[in-house]
Amino acid sequence: MDLKLTLNIADPDDFYRELIDSQRHMDSAQAAMMNCKLVLILANHVGDRAVIREALKRAGGAA
Amino acid sequence: MFKTYSFPKFPYVPSPEQKSGEVRRHRLVIIGAGPIGLAAALDAAAHGLPCVVLDDNDTVSVGSRAVCYAKRTLEVFDRLHVGARMVEKGVSWQHGKVFFKDRRSYEFDLLPEDGNKMPAMINLQQYYLEEYMVDALKDHPDVDLRWKHKVTAIAQHSDHAVLTVETPDGAFTMEADWVIACDGANSSIRAMVGAQFTGQFFQDRFLIADVIMKAAYPTERWFWFDPPFHPNQSVLLHRQPDDVWRIDFQLGWDADADEEKKPEKIIPRVRAMLGDDRPFELEWASVYQFACRRIDNFRYGRVLFAGDAAHQVSPFGARGANTGVQDTDNLIWKLKLVLDGDAPPALIASYHEERAFAADDNLLNSSRATDFITPKSAASRMFRDAVLQLAEDQDASFARALVNSGRLSTPTPYLASSLNTPDADMFAGAMKPGTNCADAPVTVDGRADWFLNQIGGRFTLLSFGPAPVESVSFGRVTAKVLQVGRDIVDATNLLAARYDAAPGTIYLIRPDQYVAARWRAFNETKIVQALARALSA
Ligand SMILES: Cc1cc2nc3c(=O)[nH]c(=O)nc-3n(C[C@H](O)[C@H](O)[C@H](O)COP(=O)(O)OP(=O)(O)OC[C@H]3O[C@@H](n4cnc5c(N)ncnc54)[C@H](O)[C@@H]3O)c2cc1C
Repeated sequence: MDLKLTLNIADPDDFYRELIDSQRHMDSAQAAMMNCKLVLILANHVGDRAVIREALKRAGGAA
Repeated sequence: MFKTYSFPKFPYVPSPEQKSGEVRRHRLVIIGAGPIGLAAALDAAAHGLPCVVLDDNDTVSVGSRAVCYAKRTLEVFDRLHVGARMVEKGVSWQHGKVFFKDRRSYEFDLLPEDGNKMPAMINLQQYYLEEYMVDALKDHPDVDLRWKHKVTAIAQHSDHAVLTVETPDGAFTMEADWVIACDGANSSIRAMVGAQFTGQFFQDRFLIADVIMKAAYPTERWFWFDPPFHPNQSVLLHRQPDDVWRIDFQLGWDADADEEKKPEKIIPRVRAMLGDDRPFELEWASVYQFACRRIDNFRYGRVLFAGDAAHQVSPFGARGANTGVQDTDNLIWKLKLVLDGDAPPALIASYHEERAFAADDNLLNSSRATDFITPKSAASRMFRDAVLQLAEDQDASFARALVNSGRLSTPTPYLASSLNTPDADMFAGAMKPGTNCADAPVTVDGRADWFLNQIGGRFTLLSFGPAPVESVSFGRVTAKVLQVGRDIVDATNLLAARYDAAPGTIYLIRPDQYVAARWRAFNETKIVQALARALSA
């Protein structure tokens, strides 16, 4: 499986609002911590190391 | 100076060769009588290979050093007949708990498998370990253990090395066909042969305290991340014999080592951890910075490196002495065969091949654990804490798998070793060529015994059911048949299960109890080829 970069989420505007809203009550440190957890949870859900590696690269991470 | 242990003082004995001034050639000289040099000497003695051991000191390891010895190491010690005493004195354990802040984050069990002679882990102060080995070596006719002998120079020749040795009576010269340098992490022999020792120093300090107290903590490994009694840092607790408890306090990079070593600094830390006013006494404390480094080559000419001289790891995972003992377990049988002319010198090259591979595995594991415990940046610290927070959710088992407070020492299989004969037949299970043999209960002459006590020190052909011969040879090296059902009885069927054996299954096992090859049926030609391969011939 390759990393999907075409739209894969239904109702993208609503998803984006949901993401932003989920951190509405947080300061930057809390939001950063939540982002870390989110990355870990989603990475585990994806599971495929090749896809995760691809995503790390896309996000600007070092190879 | 210790309340629970009195340090032996081993006598300096001037050697006849120093007195006479005659330069003697020895087959094997071992430099350093730490755990690894002593294990090498025991192994050499077990193989009938005479050796001289030189140590610049005259006692055992002083202070807070190794505590945990893992099952495979204990199996090696058992082959060398010192394991039983260590296990008897040591504290056996297999469970651990990890805490985050004031909450238990998860628990583990190292050995969910029955039917092993040796426990998953024992805790034993390093000085006992060394003392027991010195006791076993003391009166051995093939071992010449010399205290207050410091090696100060080494010169290499094509077929031997020349050592300059300093004693209270001055300097003298000795020659050796082979040298094993077990002179520790700060090895000066390394520099003498021009070896590189590179890796990573961790920007952190740890206070390692040994405390005497009566405590009811269970015999488990307890690790805290960010506990209320030591905020922002980690703490590790281990029980040792004699009511001595090992406590590691992470201090951070800015800590002042000299200041932190003072009892008036240590006592409040321990008091805060205990949380009550029970009495305790301080036995010993040191402050360490840890590193993960490896020598570039385990062999320089006639000098072979083993133990901390070859690789240094941070102690999370208890991999230092454990992996060092496995170095000499790997080396001595090879050296013996080559010295006797029964295997080509190429066999020695497989020592670097197999043990550098294992060292890299240990270094990788130790570095990863240390990076988890000492995150290098604020961002990685946040990921670390996110993992710990997620791990508290009972259904988030994936996060518990990411928590790394040290992956405890297990042997590294030599799966790609040039000594292995790859499987041609179908096998399931763990006993792939290059793997250390699993133990199992067996019956010998009607008595309960253990499989690993029936093998080791020589090549063995483990045959499940009758074999058409009693042994197979290549040159002067013979692998004797050990027949299941005749020589040993597998009453519980655990041996067959662990080796995925059916009637006719044959295993070729190396002197260090590693699998060299296996087949579903006896075929002498294939066995001879595999034996030759295991000898680099
Ligand atoms: C805090 C701490 C905790 C640890 N916990 C564990 C653990 O739980 N489990 C584990 O497996 N490991 C652990 N280790 C690592 C373990 O202590 C070492 O891996 C082990 O001591 C290495 O043994 P060695 O024989 O290679 O070297 P050393 O023990 O350092 O011995 C080297 C010997 O060589 C001698 N020597 C040096 N130079 C010369 C010379 N020029 N001539 C003659 N003699 C010389 C020295 O006097 C010494 O006796 C721990 C280490 C530390 C610091």
